[in-house]
Amino acid sequence: MFEIFGIPSQALFGQLLIGLINGSFYALLSLGLAVIFGMLNIINFAHGAQYMMGAFVAYLVLQYTGIGYWGALIVAPIIVGITGIIIERTMLKQLYKLDHLYGLLLTFGLALVIEGVFRNYFGASGLPYQMPPSLAGGHNLGFMFLPNYRGWVVGASLAVCLATWFVIEKTRLGAYLRAATENPTLVRSFGINVPRMITLTYGFGVALAAFAGVMAAPIYNVSPQMGSDIIIVVFAVVVIGGMGSIMGAIVTGFGLGVAEGLTKVFFPEASSTVIFVIMAIVLLIRPAGLFGRG
Amino acid sequence: MKKVIGAVAAAAVALGLGAAAYAQSGTQTVKIGVLSDMSSLYQDIGGPGSVAAAKLAVEDFNKINPNLKVEIVSGDHQNKPDVGSSIATKWFDADGVDMIVDIPNSGVALAVSQVAANKNKVFLANGPASSDLTGAKCNPNTIHWAYDTWMLANGTGKAMVKTGGDTWFFLTADYAFGHALERDTAAVVEKNGGKVLGKVRHPLNTSDFSSFLLQAQSSKAKVIGLANAGGDTINSIKQAAEFGIVKGGQSLAGLLVFSSDVNALGLETAQGLVLTATWYWDMNDANREWTKRWHAAGGPSGKVPTMIHAGVYSSVLHYLKAVAATKQSKDGAAVVAEMKKMPTDDILFGKGTVREDGRKIHPAYLFEVKKPSESKKPGDFYKLRATIPADEAFRPLKEGGCPLVKS
Repeated sequence: MFEIFGIPSQALFGQLLIGLINGSFYALLSLGLAVIFGMLNIINFAHGAQYMMGAFVAYLVLQYTGIGYWGALIVAPIIVGITGIIIERTMLKQLYKLDHLYGLLLTFGLALVIEGVFRNYFGASGLPYQMPPSLAGGHNLGFMFLPNYRGWVVGASLAVCLATWFVIEKTRLGAYLRAATENPTLVRSFGINVPRMITLTYGFGVALAAFAGVMAAPIYNVSPQMGSDIIIVVFAVVVIGGMGSIMGAIVTGFGLGVAEGLTKVFFPEASSTVIFVIMAIVLLIRPAGLFGRG
Repeated sequence: MKKVIGAVAAAAVALGLGAAAYAQSGTQTVKIGVLSDMSSLYQDIGGPGSVAAAKLAVEDFNKINPNLKVEIVSGDHQNKPDVGSSIATKWFDADGVDMIVDIPNSGVALAVSQVAANKNKVFLANGPASSDLTGAKCNPNTIHWAYDTWMLANGTGKAMVKTGGDTWFFLTADYAFGHALERDTAAVVEKNGGKVLGKVRHPLNTSDFSSFLLQAQSSKAKVIGLANAGGDTINSIKQAAEFGIVKGGQSLAGLLVFSSDVNALGLETAQGLVLTATWYWDMNDANREWTKRWHAAGGPSGKVPTMIHAGVYSSVLHYLKAVAATKQSKDGAAVVAEMKKMPTDDILFGKGTVREDGRKIHPAYLFEVKKPSESKKPGDFYKLRATIPADEAFRPLKEGGCPLVKS
């Protein structure tokens, strides 16, 4: 066994893996943001609240209907996605022609309202959510103990991220979507229902947030402020990756998870700050972000 | 693109600022300010529940002494010392507030304690834990009521070392409270023949603890001491279970665990956890009866009151008695001196005293979290393991280093 900067290599490998796992949450959330920004030009500040709603819906369907974790992975994104569609149809739709700032202010306000409502009903300290028995336990990898659940989180989020990237960048549907962003009038003239496509895209982005919320429920505290704790970091991830870049969001999500994980070993006190330091440096050198085209 | 990024940055800053404080205006009476966390992680241990507790104290006081008119205002310190001190300054200077109670955050509490001393008002600390409030940072205007870090360390720390947990690793919240709790616990561990193998300090409001838990695991310490609170403690315990920490033979010591935290964890995850508290709602009939009234007065439904809520009730009641005895509320130091002179007596903490250094003295209890099968009703969380008598529960007067104590 060798040492790197006084840390045994084994511990370091463990921390790298942990960083990757946390990165998968960042990647899932920033992916949803990137999709929404790329297609709708809306900066969705309600994303953290929608992530929190995913976790709460998982808890509520378990309490009231007995639907467990696996069911919740499907049901919660659908329910929260529908609320997203309602928001898009009734409010966001009015803002597409205006400056980005209006969409940001609206979603920011919505986030505060949603969080406040949940805090009013459920309190601030959180709700219990047990891990599904089929994913309890873990494996000893030699250099660290890997809980099965974390393995599942990395696998599932990688799969969802790559599938989303594939659909948007490589399929006909994705091509329509991208074309509709560039020139909606032209795409509409081909007989494609552009407003419906935009609505569904927002619903999908929101569903991604809810999916991440359900994934988080067994390991993170299910509380109304769980979204605002993570959303600022996720926005930093999106800014570093380049607003609207799908691949950028995925790669920086995982990358920053690792960077944060390593900081937790070498200088734990700074672990909540390191991402913003990286953001400042990236913005100075490449203002459009690492993968940005702007 | 630049505009977008600028807007994102601006909104991020705004999100940090959160909601503003609110206060009501009033006439010349005794005015009490409940300064608490109304919108974030400590909301359930203090927050609206503390306002309800203060109302009950006023109600009970007015039964004996209807001549004193008492008004209650409340505010949100947002866990920021600067926000807390500016609300306190405004309350004292402009709004005629005579006394501030609660403040569940040691950083904010230490700042407000200073403000209260400068303006010669009163601060009754129930929410904060740092024992520095009655140690090096004590002053003639502050009383520390419900609990403190020394008492938590002494209760849980000693019990763990006595049962074989003699090597420790700390997960510490990186601010005044975490540092004080870690320091006090480390002292107890070492005094009882144990050893501290290491520590890691994490930022407040961390959601993922796996990195830190891995470091704790590889330290091979028998006990992992959680010198944090609220959501941080919940996340640490939840993830420690996931990483097989307890199954691997290490035990967790939750140094500050409230009933609201146990509720959030669920008994399945929290069972067996040992903790120290000075008050538990289900311990006797008086407490159960008071809990009913607390719910009726606006305590959050579906939650049980914490020792902080009980402390707010008890301290406000004692404060009002002292105001009645000195016949004034404007000279804060004089009221506090009277509070130290009079013995305390109320339905929740029984008979007790307030010491020279501002420490309220009462017994503490070592509890163990029940198994799910042992819990008979909602909120039925603890079984009593030991009672720590009042004269042993808190730091001896001479050891705190409080300048008010004449040696």
